Amino acid sequence: MSADTSLLRFENVTVRFDDDETNALDDLSFDVRPGETRILLGAAGSGKTVLLKTAIGLIRPLGGQVRLIGQDIARMPEEKQFDIRRHVGMLFQESALFDSMTIAQNVAYPLLNQRVNRLPRAQMEPAVREALRFVELEHTLEKLPSELSGGMRRRVAIARAVVTKPPLLLYDSPTAGLDPITAHTIMALIIKERDVDNTTALVVTHRYQDGNLVANFRYNPDSGRLDPAGKQGTNTVFMVLREGRLIFEGSQAELEAARDPYIAKFVKRPEEEAAA
Amino acid sequence: MLDLLKAPIQAVQDFYELTGRAMRNVFRKPHYLDDIKLQMDTIGVGSIPIVLLTGFFSGAVMALQMGRSLQDYGQTGRTGTFVSIILVRELGPVLTAVMVAGRNSSGMASELGSMKVTEQIDAMRALGTDPLQKLVTPRMIATALMLPCLTVIDDFVGMLGGWLIAVYVYALPSLQYWSTTWRALVWNDVAQGLLKPFVFSFAISLIGCFYGLRTKGGTQGVGRATTQAVVVADVVIFVVDLFITKIFVSATSS
Repeated sequence: MSADTSLLRFENVTVRFDDDETNALDDLSFDVRPGETRILLGAAGSGKTVLLKTAIGLIRPLGGQVRLIGQDIARMPEEKQFDIRRHVGMLFQESALFDSMTIAQNVAYPLLNQRVNRLPRAQMEPAVREALRFVELEHTLEKLPSELSGGMRRRVAIARAVVTKPPLLLYDSPTAGLDPITAHTIMALIIKERDVDNTTALVVTHRYQDGNLVANFRYNPDSGRLDPAGKQGTNTVFMVLREGRLIFEGSQAELEAARDPYIAKFVKRPEEEAAA
Repeated sequence: MLDLLKAPIQAVQDFYELTGRAMRNVFRKPHYLDDIKLQMDTIGVGSIPIVLLTGFFSGAVMALQMGRSLQDYGQTGRTGTFVSIILVRELGPVLTAVMVAGRNSSGMASELGSMKVTEQIDAMRALGTDPLQKLVTPRMIATALMLPCLTVIDDFVGMLGGWLIAVYVYALPSLQYWSTTWRALVWNDVAQGLLKPFVFSFAISLIGCFYGLRTKGGTQGVGRATTQAVVVADVVIFVVDLFITKIFVSATSS
């Protein structure tokens, strides 16, 4: 497949920080194609966040190419990167909401401040309301982020990421530090976003059950719940990152069949964990 | 030895890069007018109380000191001349700049520093907006517009303080004080008195933002950035002041 049709492409990307002796990302290559959801599994410190930040040019790689929406983002001056980043929605691990702005202002931020697709003020409010309705937080418009719970903050951050309807979404550990019920709500939102807006996504997580959910369930717009995807399945690809290296790339069946002990540890289902 | 020099040289280079980009952004879209207005209010209107107080008392103290020294020569009548020259040329611009640096360089460094350590700056960049365009340029423009205005206020209130002392302590007639004050000033003084705050304003805003944006290491880092911003801004104000004064002195004496 040519580089132009992929939304995000890593070619032999290596990242190293000044004082480190080892590479944070080591010769990484993969390709995120339209319509695909990629689940990137990895332990803490394996380079998951570094990978996402490199993908949108917040970190510049030592070597290799990062092509985002067909353009080599790693080599361009930052002023040019901003216009490409508009096509990407990113959810930060700690939500990174603007703490002195209200929820409505947070969600309106990309619409108000991006160089190109600034909306007229009249269209702003409906767009913000729609994005907040999507994450079921329409009633929090005038609240400050500090007044919301951790799970709600992450939902607001999702609303802020999707308000400009970007074709590619990057989620950095969307369920980290959340209880199982809230984590399920967040993953359901990610699946809903995928199925309602047909977006492509790269989901970074350390929990296999998150990936399992994305791979096997679909959003049912009538009931508003998740239904099993059945035989047609979903377009989901799994990757496993270990100390900056990509050690696995393939389908869920291949992942579960993998013999590597590191991979096997991730793939353990919750019930197996309980039994062990 | 070379390694020791690497960090400061890198910092200077980063500062020039920030300055260059912040200046270029003045002529680039998008322009965040709301942010400029908000900063003008914070920096300009918000600094008025402190400028009024320091201006008034510094003018009064100067009149006291000058009056006493001039008494020895029987020239108390010229108190107004000295008060106005020193205020307009030197004390007004420098004192106002130092006060605003204490108030706003620190404010900028801590605000931007907190945003940096909580990933809000990265979030801005990830959302396709330039933090320099959104945060630094509005602060730079607002300070450049407001500091000369604040300096004029400071100069006037200082003269008012001097007038009170001249009239009530040295028993000078009001008219004499104000006419000597007015006659002492030439266009050159006014130009110097307005050019200085304009130049200082860039030191205040850019140094504040620079230290804020390179904050590392959590809340402690924010505290460090705030202190450094004020210290460096103050020192730079005095150094730049010397150079500008030298240029004006050379220009007028030749």
